Parts: sequence; structure tokens; C-alpha cells
Amino acid sequence: MRQTRLIPLLLALAAPVPALAETFEQQLPNGLRVIVREDRRAPTVVHMVWYRAGSMDETNGRTGVAHVLEHMMFKGTPKAGPGEFNRRVAAAGGRDNAFTSRDYTAYFQQVPEHKLAEMMQLEADRMRHLTLDPEEFAQEVRVVMEERRLRTEDHAQSLLFEQLTATAFQAHPYRVPIIGWMNDIENLAPADARSWYDNWYAPNNATLVVVGDVDHQAVFALAAQHYGPLQARQLPVRKPQDEPPQLGTRRLSVKAAADLPLVMMAYKVPVIRHVEQDVDPYALEILAAVLAGHDAARFSTSLVRRQQLAVEAAADYDSTARGPGIFYLRASPSEGKSVSELEAGLRAEIAAVQESGVSADELARAKAQLIAGQIYKLDSMFAQAMEIGQLEAVGIPYTQKRRLLEKLQEVTAAQVQAVARRYFTDQALTIAELVPQPLPSAARSPAPARH
Amino acid sequence: MNSCKCLLLLVLSLAAPLSDAAPRIERWQTTAGARVFFVENHALPIVDIQVDFAAGTAYENEAQAGVAALTRELLELGVAGMDETQIASRMADVGAQLSGEVDRDRASLVLRTLSMADKRTVALDLLRAMLSTPQFEAAVFEREKARSVAALKEALTRPETLASRALWSAMYAAHPYGRQTTVESVAALERANVLAFHAAHYTAPRATLAIVGDLSRAQAEAVAEDLTAALPASPGMTTIAVPELPSSSEQRIAHPALQAHLLLGLPALKRGDPDFFPLLVGNYTLGGGGFVSRLMKAVRDQRGMAYSVHSYFQPLAQLGPFQIGLQTKKEQAQDALKLTREVLASFLAQGPSKEELLAAKQNLIGSFPLRLDSNSEILGSVAVIGFYGLPLDYLDRYPDNIEKVTLADIKAAFARRVRPAHLVTVIVAGD
Repeated sequence: MRQTRLIPLLLALAAPVPALAETFEQQLPNGLRVIVREDRRAPTVVHMVWYRAGSMDETNGRTGVAHVLEHMMFKGTPKAGPGEFNRRVAAAGGRDNAFTSRDYTAYFQQVPEHKLAEMMQLEADRMRHLTLDPEEFAQEVRVVMEERRLRTEDHAQSLLFEQLTATAFQAHPYRVPIIGWMNDIENLAPADARSWYDNWYAPNNATLVVVGDVDHQAVFALAAQHYGPLQARQLPVRKPQDEPPQLGTRRLSVKAAADLPLVMMAYKVPVIRHVEQDVDPYALEILAAVLAGHDAARFSTSLVRRQQLAVEAAADYDSTARGPGIFYLRASPSEGKSVSELEAGLRAEIAAVQESGVSADELARAKAQLIAGQIYKLDSMFAQAMEIGQLEAVGIPYTQKRRLLEKLQEVTAAQVQAVARRYFTDQALTIAELVPQPLPSAARSPAPARH
Repeated sequence: MNSCKCLLLLVLSLAAPLSDAAPRIERWQTTAGARVFFVENHALPIVDIQVDFAAGTAYENEAQAGVAALTRELLELGVAGMDETQIASRMADVGAQLSGEVDRDRASLVLRTLSMADKRTVALDLLRAMLSTPQFEAAVFEREKARSVAALKEALTRPETLASRALWSAMYAAHPYGRQTTVESVAALERANVLAFHAAHYTAPRATLAIVGDLSRAQAEAVAEDLTAALPASPGMTTIAVPELPSSSEQRIAHPALQAHLLLGLPALKRGDPDFFPLLVGNYTLGGGGFVSRLMKAVRDQRGMAYSVHSYFQPLAQLGPFQIGLQTKKEQAQDALKLTREVLASFLAQGPSKEELLAAKQNLIGSFPLRLDSNSEILGSVAVIGFYGLPLDYLDRYPDNIEKVTLADIKAAFARRVRPAHLVTVIVAGD
């Protein structure tokens, strides 16, 4: 089943053709989905397990438990004690890590291809047999608190983003930071991690992704051998927790150590729910590219270069997510410009699209970037595995990737203008401003002290 | 590996796998005098090119700190006949990506383009124009200078920036590696400074090109010839002075952050030094081996004091640093520093155990294929080999060079290179 069919739309644009690499799929009787992409360019392999449980599945008072459990997954099973997992991966010449998002938690190893079986054995073992030792837990919670200090508490831009998100969402659990609130992390108990693990770490809530120098039949056999014996379990009911409609602009400010002001504007927008029927999420992706997808995009050209209102300006939108979507605009003002002037400048860029649309050149440029990006992705097995895993985790079959690209290619200038008009309204807007707090003078002119 | 399932119908018949062995690097010199390092690979329709100039911050005049980064930035913001927006638009039209950076030794332009002739030609023409006819237009210069100042002012509020700057100053004092760009030095820059820095450093003898991907040797030669044709043949290389080793010191910088940032370091190693392999293998055990290193076990696993703790060697044209770094809540900064120093002292005294040495070799040799499993990884390695004049068989011999390191080699190399009498310490927000 070599897939080499060409994509007519891409050909019409005289672009190169990102035919999908050979990818195969199987589901084990216990519900585990196994997806294998053969990429034989180098004798290495990426092995990933994706659990469909992230911070959006947490409950009040236990925020951060998804991420703490991710840390605890390296702290041992009866077969492989604390630290043993990392030791074995390292001895295999591998790299490993894990990451938690709002939507999922994933674990990966990159190893020479002949070490795949050993990785599966280790990963399958910790899917069901985690020890969750209370002393290891207490230690790891301290590590996670240091992680939060590093990435959020001492980082003005992160604080602003966290507060903005917590304001834009009130009912939906996307309001909560992935790492959790500090007080919740501090008060997590081993039993919280245990129940999280028992609830969600089951083969029927997981997807196995393997990309690399492998034969898919051999991988299916290995997966059946190592993951097959694990039992499927009843998963908890997931409540929708839909965010009620926003009824007006919300504004907030954050004071933190910084020099450069920053304004972030968050508009509520849809994400892909039906790959075929949907139109708007694809048009929003193209809009993001037209505004800020490259150095010739509108924000750079207009806000940074021509008007010199901003030292930097960006737009960010992800059309795939389990929860609701947000289209972010983010910019820092040039010296002598105020945040309100910059906000007006950002609004003017949106208004220009609403009133006059986008040009054929801009549309073509945005699409050319997307196609080239897909081909560049083929240079990285890790990026390919990430793409498969992320799509599956948010409920879009990886086999739909080709359709997603085609749908993006089909977007018209009129559709881009339509989404700019439909969603960029004051009613659905949350604006956050970072108010920089200068450092005490001692921090700015340190005096060396020798001893 | 004898079969290749190719990813693209278009290149079906051309596809060749990256092999188990290290990639074959071809080397030649262009007519203008630039050195070229080429790895041919047709598996994907991509060409990656990195152009490195000996034009890093170490070559700046002290009063003009910041000129190296500004010069590099301005290369892509205006060429003969095209302004910055036209350049960026054409680059985007063909889906090409341009990036790059400036470090102590190097200023780089990195181009990734599709290899189809209609795309590639456009991207390469733009790159050639940046190398041959940059305009350094006055208005663009002033705007980018203002943006640099804004970015620097912001960076100077961050504990990690303050710690790193203080460490480099303490390690290198007045040596070019220790100089810091300041708000004042950038604000004082004039366009003439950029023109002079460019003329003196963006020349053919100071340039190396690394080319990886979907070109034949003949095509690569033509590309390299074309890109470098307009580069001046002089001036050639200038050398960076040998740094003196500092005396041990400890510096504290107050900061309102919740976490203290601790850095320890000293000038230790240059590129091509035979001590590189013993230090690399030894450092794996000390703090380079991620989750399995001694520092990680002691500071993170056993005491929960930090999210990240690491040590590494950064070899440069002259002695580059050995560094240890971690962050911990400020109340326990002193304890964490004490613990880190104990782990280092014990490692320096005894070196790794037999088991640790074996584990280090297993990982460094076993993971070697991972370091070369994409064109972009190969590009990075080839660029370093080319710029620093490492042997062309450096990658082929890498596993053997790791394998033959002994315990005695490690202890001797660390004793030579990491002497506590020269180790400087910086603590930001540890009050």
C-alpha cells in the first residue's frame, strides 16, 4: 500500500508533492492503536506513546496532576526501579523525554532501530505497573515547583499568557495552566496521582506511534507482544464543559519584572471538528500566515517596518485542539509608542482585512509556505511522529492529513475576509497588558565581590 | 541498510538512504577563496546551505560591541535593487527559510530551500545578493539599532541573562570572549561602523560554506562559485588572543526573582584539542548525560532542588568555557551551591567509576546515528567541521575516539582543564 498518489491541487501550483510516506495502522484487541511510518533514511527510530489525557481533564484542586504524573512515570515500577528507565534508554544510545499538554500526555524515545523492542518493553511496563512511591512523589513535587518558578513565576510573558487564558475561559478547563497552580501542586497527594494514573493510563486511551527504519509487520508483532497483555479499562465520563458565549471585551493587566511592555489580544474562534464540512478553521490558518507567517507578512511589513509601532508582532492560531480555539495577537511597542497606540495598530490590521480582504499574492505566498513546511517536516522523524500523534490525540485521524492540506489549499480570499469579519469582534475579545516593573537598581549595576 | 522506501514519487529513482556510516564530506575551495564542504543526498527535495564567516562578537572593537549582530541582521534587509520587503516576499513565495545567528566566533546565514530548479534558483539568487550587495540603508540601520536596544533592555531584566553575562565577564575579563554588548555601546553605533565591520570580516578567506542535500557535485560547485564570486579576497583570518585563566571568584547579583540562578565556569577547551574526547566522555557522567548524570541525580532526583542542572564544554576558536548551571528557589541557593561544588570536587578527585565510564561510552557511541539522522543535523556538524578545520574524517572516527578514552585520560584531562583555582561562580537572586 505504497501511497504515491499525487495531490492535484498541489500540482496545479507547481509545488513539489508531499506524498505521505508509507504509514500503516492496526488496533490491538485491548484498544491500543498502533501507527507505523516507515522512514528508512537512517538506522534510527522514534517510539511514542500518546495518552488522551491532559490538563483539560483535571479537576479543581488537583490542577497540575497530569504533569506531575508525567514526571512520576520515570520513578519506577517493580521491574524497573527509580531512574532505571532513563538508565536503560541511555545505555541503548537513546534520548527520551515526555510532555504534557492541555489535550494529551506523551512519552518518547529516539533510539537506534534495533533497540525498539526494549523501549516497548519498558514503556508497556509503566503503562500499568507504576510504583508511585510517596517519598519519590514528595521529591518530584518539589522539582515541579522549581519548574513552575523557572518557566512561569519568574517569567513575565508566561505570567501574562497564564492570566490572559484564565480570563478568556471561565467554564472550560483550558482556563487552567498546564503545569497547574502553585498551591495545587504543593498540595497534591500520591493518591491524586494514583487515581489519575488508574483513570487514564490504559491501552484503550492510548496511541502508539513509531516512525523510522522499521518494518511495519515486525512493529505490529512487537506491539502485540509487549502491549497486548495489558487490559482495557472503563474510562471516566468526559463532560463537555463548554465555554458560554463571551458577552463583551475583557481587559486585564499584569505587573511583573520586565522592561518591554507587551499586549496580547485573544479572540474566540472555532477549531476543526469536521475535516470535510469545516471551512473557517482553514481560513483562520491562512489569515494567521498572511498576518504574521513570515518576514514579508503584514505585521512585519506594516507594524514593525513601515509604521515602526512595534519592535515585534506575531499572530498565533492552532486549528486542531480538543477544546475551544483562540486566535492570539501579540506585540511589543517601539520606544516612545504606547500600548494603546499599538493596540490600535493591531486592530487596524484586522480592520484592513475585514474591509479590503487579502491579495492573490498574499494568499499564494501563505500556501507556498505551508507546502514547503510539509516537505521540510519530512527531514525529521520526530516531527513526523509528533504530527501523527497530535492529530490522533485531538481526534483527527492521521489519514486525514492529506485532506487537511487540500482544504488549506482550497481557502479563498473571500473566506479569509469572512472569518476576519465573523470572529474578530470586541464581544469575543480578551486583552492583556504587561506593565513592566523595573528591577531594583542593585540588580542593574552589580558590584563584583572577590574572595 | 540496503533498501530505501522513498517518500516522494518525484525522487523515487534518485533516493539514497543516509547510511549507517558517517556521511561522506567533499571539500574544495572556490575561485574567490572560500572553503566548501558538501554532502550529497537526494532522499528529499531539499537543499540546506550554511555560510559561516569569522565575524562573531570576538572580532568586534570593544567600543562597538553589538556591531557583529547588527551587521549580520542587516545583510537580509536590503540588497541592490531590492528592499527588505521584496526580499522577504520572494523568499516566502518559493517557501524558502532563512535563519542564522552570531556567536563569539561565527556569523551565520542558514538557507533551507526546495531543490526544484525554479524554487532553488530564486532562493540562491537572494542569498548571493545578501553576500555581495547588502545596502545597509540608513533608515533600516536606525530602526534595527532601536530594536536591538529594546531587546537588550528587556533581556537585562532577566536573571538568566544577567547570570550568563556576569559569568562570561568573570571568566574572560578583558578578553574578547568576555566583552558584553551594552545599551550604550549599541546606541553609539553608527552606520559607518557596520560598513567597516562588514568590509573587514565578510570576505572569502573568512568564509566557509556547508552544503547538504539534493544537488550533484557539479551543481554544488556552481552554487558555491556563484554565491562567493563577489566576496573580496582579503582581508584574511585574524586570530583571537589566548585568554588568561581567571582567579577563582564569587559574584552575587541581587534580583527580585523567586529562583536563584547559579553558574560556575572557566575557560577550558578549544576546537580540535585532543582533550576533547576525554572531557566529553567524562562530562557525560558529571553533568552532560541528562537524567543519568551525577549532578542531576544529586541535585534533582535525591533532593528535588532544581528542575534542570547540567554541565558542558563549549569549545571555541580559542579556549571556550566549561560551565555548570542550575536554578533553585533562593532560600536554598547556598545549599545547592555547596552540593554542586561537592559533586564536582568528588568527580575531579576520582573521575567516573568503571560502570559510569562504560555507560557514558554506550550512550555516546550508541546515540551517534541519532546525531546524523537528518539533513539539518548533518548540516550543523559539517559546518562546525568546516569552520574550525577539523579533520574530514572527524565523524567517521568519532565512535573510535570515544571508545578509546580511558579512566586515566579523563582524570588527566579534567585535572588539566578544570582547575578549581580558576573556577568563577555567579549567583543571581541568591540573596
